[in-house]
Amino acid sequence: MEKNLEHQIDESEKLGMQIVKESEDDRLMTLSVGPQHPGSGHFRFTIKVDGDYVVHCDPDPGYVHRGEEKMCEYRNFIQNIPHLERPVIHDSANITYSYSLAVEELVGIQVPRRGQFIRAIASELDRQIYTLYWLAIYGIFLGHSTMFMWPTGDRELFIDLMDALSGARVTHAFNIPGGVRNDIPDGFKDKCLRHISYFEKRLKEYEDIFYTNPLFIQRTEGVGILTKEDAIGLGVTGSVLRASGVPYDIRKAEPYDVYNEIDFKVQYMKSGDSLARAYVPLLDMKESCHIMRQLLDKMPESGEVRAKLQPTPKGPPGEAYRRVESGRGALGYYIVSDGSPKPYRVKISVGSFRNMIALPHLLVGSKLADMPSVYWSLNYWPVEADR
Amino acid sequence: MASIIWLILWILIIVSLVGLPLIFIILFYLPLPPVNGEVLTPYLFLSMMVDPTRTLPILHFIIHTDLFKVAVFPGFSFAALLAAVTIFVERKFLAKMQLRIGPLYCGKIEGILQLLADGLKLIAKEIIIPSGADKPIFWAAPIAFVATAAAVVALIPVAPGWVAADVNVGIIAVFAILGFFPLIALLFSWASNSKYPFIGGLRALHQMIAFEIPFFLSALSVVILSGSLNLTDIAKAQHPYWYIFFLPISAFVFFISSLAELERIPFDLPEAESEIVAGWLTETSGMIFGLIQLGSYVKVYALSALFVVLFLGGWAGPQIFPKELAHGPTAGLMGLLTLQGVYNGVTVNAIFWFTVKTLGIIMLMLLPRGISPRIRIDILLHTGWYKLIVLTFINMFIALALIYGGILGPGGLLTAH
Repeated sequence: MEKNLEHQIDESEKLGMQIVKESEDDRLMTLSVGPQHPGSGHFRFTIKVDGDYVVHCDPDPGYVHRGEEKMCEYRNFIQNIPHLERPVIHDSANITYSYSLAVEELVGIQVPRRGQFIRAIASELDRQIYTLYWLAIYGIFLGHSTMFMWPTGDRELFIDLMDALSGARVTHAFNIPGGVRNDIPDGFKDKCLRHISYFEKRLKEYEDIFYTNPLFIQRTEGVGILTKEDAIGLGVTGSVLRASGVPYDIRKAEPYDVYNEIDFKVQYMKSGDSLARAYVPLLDMKESCHIMRQLLDKMPESGEVRAKLQPTPKGPPGEAYRRVESGRGALGYYIVSDGSPKPYRVKISVGSFRNMIALPHLLVGSKLADMPSVYWSLNYWPVEADR
Repeated sequence: MASIIWLILWILIIVSLVGLPLIFIILFYLPLPPVNGEVLTPYLFLSMMVDPTRTLPILHFIIHTDLFKVAVFPGFSFAALLAAVTIFVERKFLAKMQLRIGPLYCGKIEGILQLLADGLKLIAKEIIIPSGADKPIFWAAPIAFVATAAAVVALIPVAPGWVAADVNVGIIAVFAILGFFPLIALLFSWASNSKYPFIGGLRALHQMIAFEIPFFLSALSVVILSGSLNLTDIAKAQHPYWYIFFLPISAFVFFISSLAELERIPFDLPEAESEIVAGWLTETSGMIFGLIQLGSYVKVYALSALFVVLFLGGWAGPQIFPKELAHGPTAGLMGLLTLQGVYNGVTVNAIFWFTVKTLGIIMLMLLPRGISPRIRIDILLHTGWYKLIVLTFINMFIALALIYGGILGPGGLLTAH
């Protein structure tokens, strides 16, 4: 126990956190936030508070570790798809997207052009679903129950579309190596455009009720500032990185599939506080609507959606690393193959875990009441981080 | 069919052999009031069962007893009924605001019996007491919470003469009783031997101290204008013009402070879910939680009613009920239904307007829950100590100017003569 504590303090010092002397320990209260705390998710972090100020924070992930990477080694490339999307079921199109890209590189498959467009559409839809869910929880974390209900309701717009596309509301197993599982249904394009234009109106209402609310701005402005240098140094990705003033988006930096044909801007803000981290996903959602319109517009009217594959596809021995921009940032797969139908080793690099590293850095020195607004603004999905 | 006849027979036998003797025995020992000049005897009571209008004097007697005032009408039952209405309206109203439906199934009509179902569920649940808890305080605090809320209700005048405790220092008594709430919260949180409730209790104390002073001061300008501490007199003093027209800033401060006093969003810091689990209510379970919820909704009624008394002229409003009942059949069942002899047009009108105004203020108090996030404790303290106190002083000077300028107050231009 003692040794464990010392180890933790050493670890904390490496992260540059303020260390509390033992003699001062009497005035501190240790709070265990999670995994049953309503403001934590499947995650636990221990914090020490001095009055209302957090002086120590120690994240303790791993409550929902499922051994996804090890499970991959016992199944072939196709069988791996359904269980790989479990860590983040709202964003399952994206988490299988980069897997598909890596497998395609290993096996050597050329995806038909129509299939590339459809899977880009699926991934944009799932990014919206995830971001709305994230926004809903951010709302309830700040005590705004309407902001919990509205995005949860509007999520249905995109869930309906994904349902029409794949037949499942969540966990679609839709983006697979070689393209997508099936072609889009009739009338999908019109329905999608209708839902997007309605959703854009709703986004304005979100801004009115939540983002421009003076109490929301008071609670998040200047809270948990992550500077540009720290953001790059800690290795955060996605909306957290973009909120700190780094316009970095995998879709722009290393375009995959058809993203190099799409015209869109990387949305970023410079302040790096909780407000910016809450705003960037909203801007992303707007931009995503824009991207979806272009994708629907440029998609070939007919054609193959999936490349013909062997029942158990296998490629030459080798390795591949591909990544996509998911709702939480860069999501990469590193796959090593020894030439058999099963991967030799799969390593998933998720945005959630990399964003969580910034949590102790931001939480130490802030107030206890800032804990939810800082924690959830990091775009952290505990289940994905534990894999 | 035969079974129903048997059932009726048994009921008749039981009522005549057990029920009637029991009623006679009880009536024999009760000191009954004289009715129409004759002493009420068990025989007379039996004649009332034949002619129900003869019970009207008894009704008249009962509704003027102190027990009725404390327990039923301006007192606790009325407040609890309005609290139940508040909970139901809050659920449906918030649901409509948030694109939901709200309670739907329980009671067939729009889930009107949902509250009953929730109450039964809470009663049926086990009460878990944390190990190391201070048991006497843990048990006593919820009851004290409800009792304190009921004590505030007892001071509120609903109609002229309709107040359980008509004290001359009514407004001071209200604030003195309100001062007990954070004490109960702190005691309960300390007694539950847990960290999150302790933080919640301390937050409740901070919040109360920060908002109590603007709360007092906003009521002080009302006292300056009315020249009385008696709540009935304050309501009567607003006869032609309500004080909200002269003291809008005070009314605003009073409203904000009562939201903070009630621990409602955006001031629900002591129960902030995402930060400190459920604040000082974390260790509550079963009916302990139920009692505290009941107490807090009775408090919502009490503070809304206080707002109505202080700023909205209490029961004042146009007379829409007839002062005297039209001449009709006075005997028989009609007499009982129209409550002839008990009915007072002015009082009914006063109660109606008071209830309408109170429900309006309650609706305003429910509104922030749908549109606002939770405030942070340092912003809360800053708001309480710096902004609201200054605002109340501004309105207090306005009130003094109105008095010295001869506009309101004794012999003023706008005072009713």
